[in-house]
Amino acid sequence: MSAAQQVKFYQVGSHAAGNRLLGPQAQSDQADPDRSNALTSGHRACQGCGEALGARYVLDAAQRAAGGKVIAVNATGCLEVFSTPYPETSWQLPWLHSLFGNAPAVAAGVAAALRAKGRTDIRVVGQGGDGGSVDIGLGCLSGMFERNDDVLYVCYDNEAYMNTGVQRSGATPPAARTATTQAVGEEPGAPFGQGKSLPLIAMAHEIPYVATATVAGLRDLEAKVHRAMGMRGARYLHVLVPCPLGWGTASCDTVRMARLAEQSGLFPVFEAEYGEVTDVTPIRRRVPVEEYLRPQKRYAHLFTPEPDPKAVARIQRAADRNIARFGLLEHQEAS
Amino acid sequence: MKEKPFAITLDVGSSLANRTGAWRTERPEYVHRLPPCNQACPAGENIQQWLFHAESGDYESAWRQLMRDNPLPAVMGRVCYHPCETACNRVQVDNAVGINAVERFLGDEAIRRGWTIKAPSVSSGKRVLVVGSGPAGLSAAYHLRLLGHEVTIREAQAQPGGMMRYGIPRYRLPREVLDAEIDRILALGVTLECGTRVDDVPAARRDGGFDAVFLAVGAGIGRRTYIPAGDSARILDAVALLGSMEGEGPPLLGRTVAVYGGGNTALDAARTARRLGATDAVVVYRRTRDRMPAHDEEVEEALEEGVRVKWLSTIKHADGGRITIERMRLDDTGFPQPTGEFEELDADSVVLALGQESDLSLLDGVPDLTVDHGTVQVADGLMTGHQGIFAGGDMVPAERTVTVAVGHGKKAARHIDAYLRGTSYEPGDKHAPAGFERLNTWYYSDAPASVQPRLEPARRVSTFDEVVQGLGESTALFEARRCMSCGNCFECDNCYGVCPDNAIAKLGPGKGFAIDLDYCKGCGLCVAECPCGAMDMVPEE
Repeated sequence: MSAAQQVKFYQVGSHAAGNRLLGPQAQSDQADPDRSNALTSGHRACQGCGEALGARYVLDAAQRAAGGKVIAVNATGCLEVFSTPYPETSWQLPWLHSLFGNAPAVAAGVAAALRAKGRTDIRVVGQGGDGGSVDIGLGCLSGMFERNDDVLYVCYDNEAYMNTGVQRSGATPPAARTATTQAVGEEPGAPFGQGKSLPLIAMAHEIPYVATATVAGLRDLEAKVHRAMGMRGARYLHVLVPCPLGWGTASCDTVRMARLAEQSGLFPVFEAEYGEVTDVTPIRRRVPVEEYLRPQKRYAHLFTPEPDPKAVARIQRAADRNIARFGLLEHQEAS
Repeated sequence: MKEKPFAITLDVGSSLANRTGAWRTERPEYVHRLPPCNQACPAGENIQQWLFHAESGDYESAWRQLMRDNPLPAVMGRVCYHPCETACNRVQVDNAVGINAVERFLGDEAIRRGWTIKAPSVSSGKRVLVVGSGPAGLSAAYHLRLLGHEVTIREAQAQPGGMMRYGIPRYRLPREVLDAEIDRILALGVTLECGTRVDDVPAARRDGGFDAVFLAVGAGIGRRTYIPAGDSARILDAVALLGSMEGEGPPLLGRTVAVYGGGNTALDAARTARRLGATDAVVVYRRTRDRMPAHDEEVEEALEEGVRVKWLSTIKHADGGRITIERMRLDDTGFPQPTGEFEELDADSVVLALGQESDLSLLDGVPDLTVDHGTVQVADGLMTGHQGIFAGGDMVPAERTVTVAVGHGKKAARHIDAYLRGTSYEPGDKHAPAGFERLNTWYYSDAPASVQPRLEPARRVSTFDEVVQGLGESTALFEARRCMSCGNCFECDNCYGVCPDNAIAKLGPGKGFAIDLDYCKGCGLCVAECPCGAMDMVPEE
């Protein structure tokens, strides 16, 4: 190793995608000029789509980890619709779509077929949005988990059914306005006390690997994909992918929103193995939830015309609970 | 048509057929912005660019970039008061980048490794006389020589360097360093004539056949003030004191020394007095510390060395080893007013450090040249009212620092060059500033500044050894890498990484990136996530 590499790289640390002074091994997969671009240009996702970004991050890393031998199975949703308006496809890897709710089952089937053919070198990635994973596909996904099928399933969570016009899903956070949870009444937006955490549900299956990540933490996300691809059995990755359309944010703010979700504590980023949390990504620059909520039109009713400090405080409590529960501030010293 | 699988009627097409660039109303563009360090540098250095080279460990390229603007990096790395660091955007993240310390490292490295600049191969046939070999004169000579002119420097003193030698004490600027950098300039073919005072500029120009003259005689005369004093009072001026340190025997100051004034020279005089054996060196200054013109670092270092300061005080009388000082108070306008309270202090000698003036007698009788308040008036291009006579450094109205003087030398050289060629020099347009608000500092990891080691105070008061020690290589590299590259791409690949449409191509080291406008939807993520503000969104026509 050269002297330049021994010196810890301070200018960008590990937070930017790459760096001119680092060797290929120390760069992110996305910094590679020859990255596989599993999801290529010309797809019809909105400007600044977090899901398109997240899918390329995940699949490029998975292909890198598996020597390019990856088959993707997709649930119905934005990702499927914007990537494959017949007869065009944006996918530069074998890709399969069947129904909204059966992607985990189809992925399990592909894995079984590969095993039957003795092609365990080919790896399977199942993927879908929060609608297809948290709600509609949950039965199939739970089955895939409990059978410990050899699939990495990735949920790109944008917190509502965006493809069909922003309806509430089981992953929609409290107070968020959607087409089905309008900003009217006593408690405008999605109700408090409802919804579920799919990562925690996945952990309850005690599968080999569960992790969360966001499109704001590229290197963290890639490390988790590599870690998951290094294991066999059922693995689950939950990626927060902000949606400019559904959240009512500027298209240039997608990564910033994911970062604020993480830094406010609302979206805890962690890893778990066999049902136990093994590592968390500590908060680097803590922000109050308000900084995350304010730029989003789906929360506009919390600030205009009358501010709703009670609702903001409830959301802050949820963030504080995550911080306490996962120890998101405690690891700072060690990092 | 190829046989299709069951239930398939169309060929598989790629989405590349779908030119999503048509959606765009704004497009991203790579830009260059002016970093605050560069903007603040009186010598006009491209600091961001030389740090860029230093970051990769290519110190020679960094030094060569530095030398394009400043021929005295090892000197500047010691004596510059680094306005670049005050302006540095990193101040708002943790601490400023130690630009000055890296500059010194590069300057020392160049001396150690013997890096040189190539003399120009063509000659313009023009001759320029430079009067004075201080920083302005040396800088002008260097730049003029590189532009192909023949340059002669005339220096009244026995050795070159001006205030760098006769004003700045050795503990801040070791003379080997100064000599090495001056020698490198002379090696380009610059003629130096020391001990040669120019008394009559037009005559010197005519007799020597010079096509232009650059005056840089500095401000080497201590300003006097009237202090009622008895016959046995010993009163010296600080400039003369510091200058005499270059002579044969050290000046005799006694055990208690009072220095009158509040500038850097006052502190240098007091620190020098301590080193010469004064047990008590007191600076008497009529205002408060926050109004003191001396730089904070100098004040700190002086206090560490045991120099005392009498704030809000003036000297009323001096005699027989004692001085009488009067307490002052600041009025509403911040001006000191006497209070009528007096105090006596021991002072074997009193050193006056009340500012400096230029000896402009050499300009007597030069037509069209204006002197106002003791300084020579110059136009934007540093030309005096007299055709072909330029002036810079401490003798013209400006802040009096080595760095400003070096900047004047470069600027004058460019204008003199244009004058000699019968053209006029037009400086290029400056980029718009790269303010802190353009940065996305999330991507820079936390890295507090490294501190240059300093000599123990106990050793400082007994020797003239250099107080501030240089950075080692790894520390200098660390420091260079703290640069955030404000407003200029450093190839972090973020734009390439964050594009959801895969519409940015990475062209390879040094080549940057290209935007594929066939597919760029104009979301602006690349611009928002650019750490250093080197991209802009611009509306489509």
